Parts: sequence; C-alpha cells; structure tokens
Amino acid sequence: MTQPGFIVSREDWSLHRKGYQDQLRHEQKVREAIRRNLPDLLTEERIIISDGRQVVKVPIRSMDEYKFRYNLQKMKHVGQGNGRSKVGDVIAADPVSGPGGRGGGAGDAAGEDVYETEIELSTLEDILFGELELPNLERKEKDLFSVTDIRFNDIRKTGAMGNLDKKRTILENLRRNALNRTPRVGGISPDDLRFKTWEEVRRPESNAVVLAIMDTSGSMGAFEKFVARSFYFWMVRFLRSKYEHVDIVFIAHHTEAKEVTEDEFFHRGESGGTICSSAYQLALDIIGERYPPGRYNIYPFHFSDGDNLSSDNDRCVQLLRRLIGHSSLFGYGEINQYNRTSTLMAAYRNIRDPRFRTCLIREKGDVYHALKTFFSAGGNRA
Amino acid sequence: MKDRELRRLEEAIAEISDIARHFGLDFFPMRYEICPADIIYTFGAYGMPTRYSHWSFGKSFRLMKMHYDLGLSKIYELVINSDPCYAFLLDGNTLIQNKLIVAHVLAHSDFFKHNVRFRHTNRNMVESMAAAAERIRGYELEYGAEEVERFLDAALSIQEHIDPSVIHPYGLDRLRAEEAKRREEERRRKEKRTVTHEDLWRLDDDWEPEGETKPAGPGSPPPEKDLLWFIIKHSRHLEPWQQDVLGLIREEMYYFWPQLETKIMNEGWASYWHLRIMRELDLSPEETIEFARLNASVLQPSRFGLNPYLLGLKIFEDIEKRYGRDMLFEVREFDMDTSFIRNYLTKELTEELDLYVFEKKGPEWRVSDKAWENVREQLIRSRINGGFPYIVAVDGDYRMAGELYLRHEYEGIELDLKYAEKTLPYVVRLWGKPVHLETVVENKKVLFSHDGTKHTRKFLN
Repeated sequence: MTQPGFIVSREDWSLHRKGYQDQLRHEQKVREAIRRNLPDLLTEERIIISDGRQVVKVPIRSMDEYKFRYNLQKMKHVGQGNGRSKVGDVIAADPVSGPGGRGGGAGDAAGEDVYETEIELSTLEDILFGELELPNLERKEKDLFSVTDIRFNDIRKTGAMGNLDKKRTILENLRRNALNRTPRVGGISPDDLRFKTWEEVRRPESNAVVLAIMDTSGSMGAFEKFVARSFYFWMVRFLRSKYEHVDIVFIAHHTEAKEVTEDEFFHRGESGGTICSSAYQLALDIIGERYPPGRYNIYPFHFSDGDNLSSDNDRCVQLLRRLIGHSSLFGYGEINQYNRTSTLMAAYRNIRDPRFRTCLIREKGDVYHALKTFFSAGGNRA
Repeated sequence: MKDRELRRLEEAIAEISDIARHFGLDFFPMRYEICPADIIYTFGAYGMPTRYSHWSFGKSFRLMKMHYDLGLSKIYELVINSDPCYAFLLDGNTLIQNKLIVAHVLAHSDFFKHNVRFRHTNRNMVESMAAAAERIRGYELEYGAEEVERFLDAALSIQEHIDPSVIHPYGLDRLRAEEAKRREEERRRKEKRTVTHEDLWRLDDDWEPEGETKPAGPGSPPPEKDLLWFIIKHSRHLEPWQQDVLGLIREEMYYFWPQLETKIMNEGWASYWHLRIMRELDLSPEETIEFARLNASVLQPSRFGLNPYLLGLKIFEDIEKRYGRDMLFEVREFDMDTSFIRNYLTKELTEELDLYVFEKKGPEWRVSDKAWENVREQLIRSRINGGFPYIVAVDGDYRMAGELYLRHEYEGIELDLKYAEKTLPYVVRLWGKPVHLETVVENKKVLFSHDGTKHTRKFLN
C-alpha cells in the first residue's frame, strides 16, 4: 500500500490517574455509607460470625446508581444451551440463604435493596475505632516496662570470651599491623579483641482484662445474647488496638454465677431466676486471684435484661461499688426490647462515678450506641 | 513492547489492513495506541479517553480492574467511534492476539463509518468529550465538586431517556432547531411590525412571543420521550450551568446510543471479519492454535444471556449462505439489532444455537419456551429502546402546579419498583417540583409520586 492509513503509538500514560481518582471518590462514598450505616453494620451477623476472616461482604444501602429499569425477576430472558436444552430445565436457582442475597434481586423482595460490597474488617475498624476512645486510661506503673527481647547491637573492648566478635577482632588486628607497615593478620594482642554486647529491649507492656458478665436466666433470649455477643466482639477488638494483651473472662449467671467458656457463654441457655450479686462476687474473686488491679486494666461489663430478684438489689449496689473501685470502667447494658420497667437500672441510678456507665439497648442498632456510651471521653449516661 | 516488536506489529497491521480493504471493508484512518492495563480499563469504564469525573466511573473501573487482576476477564482492545478511529491495544498482548484484534477493530471501524444508525454521531467526540470534561471541571471549581456531583447523580439517573429515532427531523440539534424556529417566527412578527433591528429584540431576554404564535407552554406539550430535553427546556428550577451539564450528558448519550442498539450486529460483523481475515494470514502451527483458543473464548456461548459476538456472527454467516456476501454489506448498512433479528434469525438457526426463553418460577430460573418465534420475539423485546423502559413526559404542569407527570409506556414488563422509587427523588432534584410516574403493576395502573420529601403511591382509575 502506498499510504499506510494508520499510526501505531505508545505514550507515557503514567500520569493518567483518572480511574484511580474516581475510584478513590467511590471508596470515599462507600466509607461515608459505612459510617452512616455503622449501627446496622456492627450487628451484621456475617461479621460477628466471620471471626478471623479479614474480608467480609456487607450490604451497603444507597450506593447504587438508580435509574428506571425493568424488573429482571419478572422478565423473560433468552439464553443459549448446549444443544440439548428442553423446556423445564432449571438453569439457576436463588441461593437459599434469606433475603438480601444477590445484588440483582431487587424488586419484588420485601427487604431493602442492597448493594453488596466487600469491606476489609480493618476498614470498618478504622472507622469505628476512630469514633471511640478509652476513658480513664491509666498507666499501670509496675508494668511500665517489661523485658521482651535481647539484641546484640554494640561492640566493646571488654567482654566474655564467648561473645568475641572474630571478624572485627581480625579487622582490628589487620589495621594495627598495617599501621606498623606489615599488613597481615597475625600476632593478635589483647588490644585487638572486640566483643559483642547486647542490649535489653524494654517495651512498655500493658494488659487489660474484660470480665464479660451475662445474665443467662430464662428471660434472656436469642436477641439478648446476640446483642451481647456483638458488643463483646467489637469491644475486644477495640481494646486490642489499645493494649498489648487482652484477656476475656466469661461469667454466666442466673441465680448463681460461674466462669464458662466463650462457647458456653453464647450458646448455653439456662433458666430460672436472677441474682446478679452472685456474678459480681465471682468477678471480685477472680480479680483477687488472677488480675491484680495494680497490673491490669479491668473492664467488667454486665449485660442483663435487668430483671433481678429485688431483694438482691442492695447487695448488687454494694458489690458493684467495690468492683468499680478496681476497674477502669464498669459498663452495665440493659437489653430491654419491650420497655419493661426494670429493677436493676433503677437500683443503679444513684451510683455516680466517672468509671460507671449504663446503657439501655432496645434494638440491634443500639449496640453502636452502647459502644459510644462506654467508650467516649465524657460518656453520655443513658 | 520493544521497538522490534512494534515494527513487527506495524508490518502485521499493514498486511491486515490490505486484506480488509481487499474484502471491501472501508474504515476510517486508524490510530492504534498501546496502553497498560489500568489505562485500558480506565477508558473502558469511562467509554472514552477523557471524560468528566464521577464516582460511578470509579466504581466500574475498580470492578473491571479487579476482574483483570484476578484473571477473571480481560479486555484486549477498545475501539472508539471517531474519525480518525482510535483503537487501544493492551500492552502485553501477543502478536497473534494483536493481529486478531486489529482485524476485529477494522471491521468495527467499517461498521461505525457505514451503519445508518451512526450517521449522525459526532466523529470528533474524543475532543468534544474532553471539552465537556473541561467545562464540568470548571463548574466544580465554581460551584463545588459536591454540588456538581449531586447534580450529576440526578442527571445520570435518567441519561438513557433520549429520543434516538433517526426520522426525527432535528435529532440532536433539536434545541438549535427550536431556537431557529422561534427566531424565524419572531422575525416574521417583527417584519410585520417593520422592526428591522432584530438584534435589539434578541437582547431583550424577557421578550416572549404572544398571541396566536405562542408555542405550546409547559402545560400542554405533546408527550415527549426525550426527558433530558424536556427538562432542559421546561424546568424552571435549573441554573444555566445545570442546563449545560444536562445538555452535555444528553449529547454523550446520543453518541453512545447507536452502539447500544447495534451491539449484536457490530460484534457479529467484527467477528465475521476477523475470522475471514485471519484465514488469509500465514500463521505458524503455534499461532494457529493460539488464535483458535482466543477465538473460542470470544465466541463462548452463555447460558444466562446471549454472547453478541457469537449470535451476530452466526446470523451474518447464515445471511451469506442464503443471499451471498454482497447482502452482508447491505445489512450492515441499514439494520439495527431489532430489525437484524426480526429479519434474519431463522427457525433453523434458533435450533442450531439451542436458544431458549427462560424465566423465574419460584426460586428457580427455568427454560420456559423453545418455540423459535417466541425466542425471536423475546430477543427483539430485550433490545427495544436499548433495553430500557420507554418513559415519556406527558405534562409539565400537572395539577396546574408545575408538577411533572411521567408515563411508562407499559408493554408487559414491569418496572423495578424499588429502583423507580429511588430514581424519582433525582428527577425531583432536576425538576424542582413534585414528580409523578404512571406505570402498571400487576395489571393495574399505579401512580408513584415524590414531592421532595416523601413517596406516595396510589392506584389510578
């Protein structure tokens, strides 16, 4: 051909960032949506159950590009088979898991339309923990330093023979001989010896213990337990971001209290009445035995529906005051869906202490408010 | 890509272009750009090398790029309807991949140049969109990025609602046509009044024609499919910059629209020709295998939809078999997907391709029909109006209160009601007053309304 009619070129596109810029804006909007939906997201079961997985799919409402479109669910579509298709063949089925599953499924479902996005748990934590802070943070003096490591990082002229640095010793020897115009290795004198010395690396270590106390009496149902579980899930993660090490002690109680495993704590249902003081006494005992307040930041939290044996209330208040004395923060969350006039909350109304906070939880979304109540500088008393 | 490879590519392109011309393809002068993946995916997400900013582009860019990074899908090329025609090749393509792609895009370029639906598209759209992006950037600086974003959110929600019929006497230039008509009327009136300095009259913004020549006011315009145009013209709420942005979005949609309505044909045409052209090349056995593998992945059938490359290719091959190759060129010039399928999808082809209709029955999607006429009918329906619901503005002064009344021209497929309810507030944002949408749900007429704060719905008649 005489005229090629085409040009091939390669340009430097490295400054072309447009896609990334708008991607950033989209991510910003997702973060905004997450922030707006925090109360709902925190009790998203997929997160609470996912424990450990770092990426979770969560529904973000209002991040879709809305337009007038057909209801795909009520439409006929055309597809292509492998040559043997026949009327009645099933080519796909909705996942059995409840509503809000597939993204395309909006329309006739009663649930809200949902744009699913994958969020790194850490993103969610960034946003949430950015809003929380530890009240009454104290340095526990005795634990200020603890030896965690030994590092050889210095060279000296004296030391134990076992720590002799042979390479540097020979280098010194060579240097000394060279100065005497005999550049060779040999005739090592004590002056050539070099020793490795170490340094103890001291890092401040801080410990915290969460005493998770839950009422497991007959009146505490699945909802109440889920709320407590969601709360502890986030609280532990939050405390871990502040402390080196966080212990959790699970205490379940009805008329009597006992220390249980996490699994038992959340899954075993008990029945019968409620005597909360039993749990407080056990908590005090555990602190006395294993968690001296001088070395641990102690965070007891008690979740109950508040339906305590009324004759026990005085004793509760008494023990509670002693517990508060040992604690960085004591939080009492009363899960009260139906607005019963409670006994325990009334009994605690008169306790005025900056390290004691209460929160009333009526619905899932209140887990967020509980976190905000307990972990804020001022602590708005509910 | 090294210079040596670049030279080999240039040689291959020259050879392929010759073969294509020899076959009778007539394409625009070509500009091939070799780009890294993130650039190709950026262009893919925006549909253009330079376009205004909006988070929705970022969202699709992220998705496409992620699929690429995970190896789920790959764009090998991107071709722009313009003169000269730009084709972007992914850096890292093998020579044989590039050969196939070049053959493919030459046929696209031919299609852009000759298909009647593209006749009125702006061939300088690369520059026009860059200029539009610049203007919108200016508005962001002047009115704030958030304000512009809020407006774009609203405008984009109805961007598909234009009136693309080619028989339209003024097409894209409607605003100008109306303006010209108005001026013409004005001129005649003034001639009557023997006023000669019409420029003086035009400076008078508030001057309105009156009496018998007054155009239909917002209260009684005929049903209008071009919602963007209707709002630009009749909304009393929009600021000049907002009118401008709506106009830009409308213009871009007119540009993209022919691609929506010729997807099957255009991809079928390109696939038909890349096969023929590749057969003319002297390929080594390894190249032949690589070509076959790539070609098979392009033409893979889909159970949940139709692969436009495959369907279009099969129909074109069938046309050639029945009517000869000359007919192909005629079809590519005068048809669009709906007429292409109506005229050329046969019973034999439907059966050979094992096409079926499927729909949802309870929680399951089932094959519900295999009668070829029904398959064809369903396929046509899914392509009508680009696959979007047909909505018209019927009243801009509803209830004598300046409210906007939209009507969905129901043809048996219900709207996604959640989406409709989420979209209405956007239209309110554009219109500035309550907006109503009439549609059909469960065979009953329903009116959805939004007044800026809350939704209502009620049954009609």
